[in-house]
Amino acid sequence: MAIPSSTSKLYGALVACGFLWAALQTYIIHSFGFLWFTASIDGMLSAILLSGACWLINNNLRYYQPGKGSYINLFIWVVALAGICAAGCRYLLPLLNTDKVFINFVIQSLTIRFFINFLAVGWMAMLSLLWYSQLDQKETQKRKNEAEQLARDAELYNLRQQLQPHFLFNSLNSINALIGFKPDEARRMIHQLSDFLRGTLKKDDKQQVPLSEELAHLNLYLDIEKVRFGHRLQTEISCDTKCGAALLPSMLLQPLVENAIKFGLYDTTGDVTVSIRGEIEEHYLVIMVQNPYDPQTSRPKKGTGFGLRGVQRRLYLLFARNDLMETHANDNIFTTIIKVPQL
Amino acid sequence: MRRALIIDDEPLARMVVMEYLQNFKEIELIQECNDGFEGLKAIQQYQPDLIFLDVQMPKINGFEMLELVENPPAVIFTTAFDEYAIKAFEAHAVDYLMKPFSKERFNKAVEKFLAAAPEKQAQKHTEDLLEAVAAHSPAQHERIVVKTGTKVKIIPVADVDYLMADDDYVSVITKEGSYLKNKTMSFFEQTLDPRQFVRVHRSYIIAIQQITRIDPYEKDAHLAILKSGAKIPVSKTGYVKLKQVLGI
Repeated sequence: MAIPSSTSKLYGALVACGFLWAALQTYIIHSFGFLWFTASIDGMLSAILLSGACWLINNNLRYYQPGKGSYINLFIWVVALAGICAAGCRYLLPLLNTDKVFINFVIQSLTIRFFINFLAVGWMAMLSLLWYSQLDQKETQKRKNEAEQLARDAELYNLRQQLQPHFLFNSLNSINALIGFKPDEARRMIHQLSDFLRGTLKKDDKQQVPLSEELAHLNLYLDIEKVRFGHRLQTEISCDTKCGAALLPSMLLQPLVENAIKFGLYDTTGDVTVSIRGEIEEHYLVIMVQNPYDPQTSRPKKGTGFGLRGVQRRLYLLFARNDLMETHANDNIFTTIIKVPQL
Repeated sequence: MRRALIIDDEPLARMVVMEYLQNFKEIELIQECNDGFEGLKAIQQYQPDLIFLDVQMPKINGFEMLELVENPPAVIFTTAFDEYAIKAFEAHAVDYLMKPFSKERFNKAVEKFLAAAPEKQAQKHTEDLLEAVAAHSPAQHERIVVKTGTKVKIIPVADVDYLMADDDYVSVITKEGSYLKNKTMSFFEQTLDPRQFVRVHRSYIIAIQQITRIDPYEKDAHLAILKSGAKIPVSKTGYVKLKQVLGI
């Protein structure tokens, strides 16, 4: 809550004010014609009681700040504390000094004492209120900044994901190789890469697109990967016209296929076939993505990596359901199935 | 004549290196390899002077392959994008090429290799590099790559029961058997996930998941009983660490 160093500074100031108060009151009482000793006892006791009241109200406000409607409560608190201080003087001072004239003076000055206490405690309450609400505001601001920072980081991460530096630089490297001895293919690959990147940048996450469009975009990506990995990578895509017209959130398949390719190519050493199959089942578009994997070295649970979790999260946010994606791993084949409700 | 190998899983990437290498008459390209396994075999067979090594490859990455080579030759790494690797390269002054790289940059790297005195220092650099990579790269926390005879075995860390010091080696004990790895105990202590593995004794690191119970044993010492039935000595300080991780 409050920053420790500034709190201790505040207490320091409070103690200093207490001493000042005691000295001032001693001087005033003395000027009414009482002995210095009598006056200083009065001054000290009043100052101690008042400091106690101030400390109490300050501490109260530190942990609890009244809303707009409850300032009346604060007022009552201040009145009560001022009253207690005045009463303290009334009943404690006669115990310390039995001089009749002095006791009489104390009783007569009770109203003035009460009002002065009220002003002092009220002043303290106002100061504390300002001080702590300002601290609170700072804290809120800091939290807000942190949340904004977090959001920015997430956005940046998404952007970087979209650019896929590993894929991009490796593709450029392949083009670099092709330029030397197959310039036509190099040129074709540059166009594929450009089309793919443009498509990625254009996509709006919230938009629904027909499966055929999504697959056309995926094909650009797959063609580039095929150039990179040569004969090792094959793809099978099946989807009839009815299925191609079905809608799905844009860029939903991309992470699934990336995942399939990554696992297929980096988890096995042989040839890899990645298959994508679309079907209409009742009111769902069902899409199945399969890739080979090696159960000896990768645990099935590793299959639901970051990319897949992202897809699941998106499906949940869009359709408020957690059962739209499932994964199976058997016979060296890893399968991911997603169901997209057709509205 | 110096002899070189290219190890990269992308055919076109190998072709770039091959093409650039033609300028150097003093270097003979002896083989191209598709992955780490082929690379390992070729290195043992030909004992090349220089390898061009990709980092991201199927099954075992370039670093893991290098860990299994006994006297690693000079290495020029080639990689497209890998934050961990690049940090490690820079920290250990090992030459690396960022794909796509120019002919000039390539020539510089090869000329540096040709000018260097053979090869004690490069080896030391490579060893330091591998330690640094193992400590930071996520792949190396998930599996341990060992050599059994001529075969390479990839052990997911989830399969490991415990590790035991064995002279200059460390035995990695799994349900299927035990495998020797040419590393130190402190290497594994640093690279394995400390929430899953605890060094309970100078000579033992155990997988927390595998513990069934811990019995007192002699003065100040304990015995950890694993699911496999193995009894692992736990030293006084090891017991403190174990209690911390288990939260008891």
